[in-house]
Amino acid sequence: MEKKEYRRGDPNVPLLAVNGLSVSFQMYDNTFEQRALQVISELHLQVHAGEIVAIAGASGSGKSLLAAAILGILPDNATAAGELRYKGQLLVPKLQKQLSGTEIALVPQSVDFLDPLMRAGAQADGHRKPRPTKERRRLFQRLDLPKDTEKCYPYQLSGGMARRVLVSTALLADAQLIIADEPTPGMSLEQALAALKMFRQMADDGRAVVLITHDIDLAVSFADRIAVFYAGTIVEIANAQDFGEGPDALRHPYSKALWRALPQNGFEPIAGSQPYAGRLPKGCLFAPRCSRSTPQCAQKAPSMRALRGGEVRCFYAHGRPKE
Amino acid sequence: MIFHHLDQPARRGGRIALLLLKNSIRMLSLLFAVSLISFALVSASPIDPVQQYLMGIGPVSAEQRAEIEAYWGMDKPPAARYIHWLNALLHGDFGISLLYRRPVLAIIAERFLNSFALMLCAWLFSGMIGYALGCIMGMYREKWQDQVLRRLCYLLSSVPTFWLGLVLLLLFAVKLGWFPVGFSTPIGILDSEVRIWQRLHHLALPALTLSLLSFSNIALHTRQKMIEVMNSAYILFARARGERGWTLFVRHGLRNTILPALTLQFASFAELFGGAVLAENVFSYAGLGSALSAAGLGADVPLLLGITLFSTLFVCVGNMAANLLYGVIDPKLRDGVKQGGD
Amino acid sequence: MRQIKQRHWQNQRRWMRQKHLNRRTRALVLTAVLLVLLLAVYGAGILIPQEAVATDFIHARQSPSWQHPFGTDNLGRDILMRTLKGMSVSVTVGIAASCVSAVIGILIGTAAAAGSRLLDGVINWLIDLMMGIPHTVFIILISFALGRGLRGLLAGIAATHWTSLARLIRGEVLQLRSQQYIAVSRRMGKSHTWIMVHHMLPHLAPQFVVGLILMFPHAILHEASISFLGYGLSPEQPAVGIILAESMTYLSSGMWWMAVFPGMALVLTVWLIDRLGENLRWVIDPYSAQE
Repeated sequence: MEKKEYRRGDPNVPLLAVNGLSVSFQMYDNTFEQRALQVISELHLQVHAGEIVAIAGASGSGKSLLAAAILGILPDNATAAGELRYKGQLLVPKLQKQLSGTEIALVPQSVDFLDPLMRAGAQADGHRKPRPTKERRRLFQRLDLPKDTEKCYPYQLSGGMARRVLVSTALLADAQLIIADEPTPGMSLEQALAALKMFRQMADDGRAVVLITHDIDLAVSFADRIAVFYAGTIVEIANAQDFGEGPDALRHPYSKALWRALPQNGFEPIAGSQPYAGRLPKGCLFAPRCSRSTPQCAQKAPSMRALRGGEVRCFYAHGRPKE
Repeated sequence: MIFHHLDQPARRGGRIALLLLKNSIRMLSLLFAVSLISFALVSASPIDPVQQYLMGIGPVSAEQRAEIEAYWGMDKPPAARYIHWLNALLHGDFGISLLYRRPVLAIIAERFLNSFALMLCAWLFSGMIGYALGCIMGMYREKWQDQVLRRLCYLLSSVPTFWLGLVLLLLFAVKLGWFPVGFSTPIGILDSEVRIWQRLHHLALPALTLSLLSFSNIALHTRQKMIEVMNSAYILFARARGERGWTLFVRHGLRNTILPALTLQFASFAELFGGAVLAENVFSYAGLGSALSAAGLGADVPLLLGITLFSTLFVCVGNMAANLLYGVIDPKLRDGVKQGGD
Repeated sequence: MRQIKQRHWQNQRRWMRQKHLNRRTRALVLTAVLLVLLLAVYGAGILIPQEAVATDFIHARQSPSWQHPFGTDNLGRDILMRTLKGMSVSVTVGIAASCVSAVIGILIGTAAAAGSRLLDGVINWLIDLMMGIPHTVFIILISFALGRGLRGLLAGIAATHWTSLARLIRGEVLQLRSQQYIAVSRRMGKSHTWIMVHHMLPHLAPQFVVGLILMFPHAILHEASISFLGYGLSPEQPAVGIILAESMTYLSSGMWWMAVFPGMALVLTVWLIDRLGENLRWVIDPYSAQE
């Protein structure tokens, strides 16, 4: 009953809205005091049905914690602040527990995420009753999985088969929001393309896909929008084609630098390194590495604002030059 | 695409047979070594079994003494005696106990039955309690449940078996009078007339003593394993699919910790037997353990050697069961995939 | 998703590292306190004069009082004094036997790791053998071979306790040997001894010390058990096991204090040493310590 309620939903309300999400860890200092270590700060993101949003950023920038926060599986010592909404409903832990695995599904990366002592079929069926065994058999067939896959233990699956079993969990749940975390590393190009096509298909069927990746090229070719992640927050949300057009179409200095760092665009490294979560700069997170930073940037963090059909977190981002 | 053949019962059967064979050979080599070592040790002892034997008979002449020595083969060199003993052993003759004046094998058979009842109770009880506590500690890591139980386990592992036995004896037998003070059967009643509940009545305290002291090991081990499991990627994914608490435990926790726990429990027969020796002595329970300490104190060499060999056999069977268990139950090992990388 | 896992782990680890610093201080303080307590018990046992445990038939079989906190035994000896003396005997025997056993363990462990495959196989078989005989049985056998008494007890405990340390050292040495920096040192022409002293020893020493200390509780418990069975020390030496064995005779006559207090003292001592070892492990080698 309740489920139907969400399903209908208002098309204008985003499927997932993340407003000012911050995640921090409780840690102990040398002294006996507790201290909070901020790993995600003031993150904003909206995801609509029917689109793929890629969250792209260097490894270690905390983007996977975003997935954990949405699913309600943050480690015990982490605390989240801010607001998560699913179809307009506030995602409180109780709702998260209810929705995760049914409405919101995670597609993890590797065979490590399957219980080594449980057969693939039982794992795909999941813990909810009644078990969707019939549907699952049909789905396995559709995914080109051999008939006896369901009797396999994870170690007996090839990488590609394991991936399809993992994807099948999201499809079986008929989830509306799919969060795929680094789905491609370790796969051959064909496998990666096939997997991404599967996600494209899901989005075209009216679901929403959040694709967490550090591979910008793949993100550009499959996603609708790209959220550039830096040091625990999203600094720019751009349409995928902006990345195709080049740095002028992009809004944030980091995105531009990222574009220039791509092999086909000159392979130009970005000076400096990402700040460690314990020593985040006071103002704009990118300011210490930004060539255009001003005293204002070091004082105050810019907030997210709309610009040219995207969003950006920079005081100095502006309209396209010569236009 | 690499795809393993799923069912190869013939290959699997062959592998288990091979495992069994390897383990049996190892066990036989160990038993042989133990027979050699224990015989050497006993031969080297300054305690003279003939003297000990004669003390029970009274004054004898030097001739009679020499006769007894010859009868026992004490006039031959140790190597010859060993071969003689081993030969008899292989024909099922463990010799005659000096203390009980009966065949050693018969004593072992009778005593082992008593000890087995005791050890089985303690093994099952400590295994179940220990495993359950370990799971609780692992699931509630660093919460108060874990803190309390863990400290209890540490404390219990510092308690000597015999002292706990003494305290229980004081409390339940002497003070409250709920249980008999000793002996595995009531005194003055024929063995055949002893009822099962009377046996159980005598078994309760020693079994309790033994189980209380063996569960901390399995509990701490299971805790560690459960923490490992709970930190694994597949638990993260299961949680992302909405599994929590009991469901999570039954579907993944139990599945991934029960085998190591069972293996450990089988591999702990040595500690179990050692504990039984002490518990039986405290409660004057007529098992192998009390026979062992009596044999050692009374210089009853045939019985001492017999029990040593038998206890080694007992421990080795447990170790073998532990080894085989992995081979039979773990799907990876069962299909002969080398473990590694995880 | 590996990302989540890694991040999760990184964060977990980072968090734990921070927690270590304060656990470390705590462990250090605890270690010091435990050490002082143990030395006090031990010292008291040694310093107590023989007169304090003299027989005194007038005051025999007294229940605990201010004069005799643990009561007196059937010969009127003060049980507290006897326990303290007995404890120092038990601790000495346990520690001496453990030290011998630890030396055996480190020798056999390094031999297994550094020697040929055949030697390794033989040593593994030997370890299996030691684990195949119940320790209590083997100690009784050795004690019988050496004519009972202190020597047998020491030899028995020393002969049975080295296996776990040998395994640990073997694993450590094997792991160290495969390390890059060892290979680099060898390329640079450093001698075996130099590598041993500069690279192996600093890693092995803490493991050895912790392994040794954690052997003490087991050794002391075995000592007490075997003495209790009547194989160890002679009744004149008041080891805790012997006091408890004596108490067996008087259980039904209501002299509960003879069994309860010495046993408690034993449990406390063993527990103190066990905690000392675990805390020391936290100080020396936080990652291998289980929480």
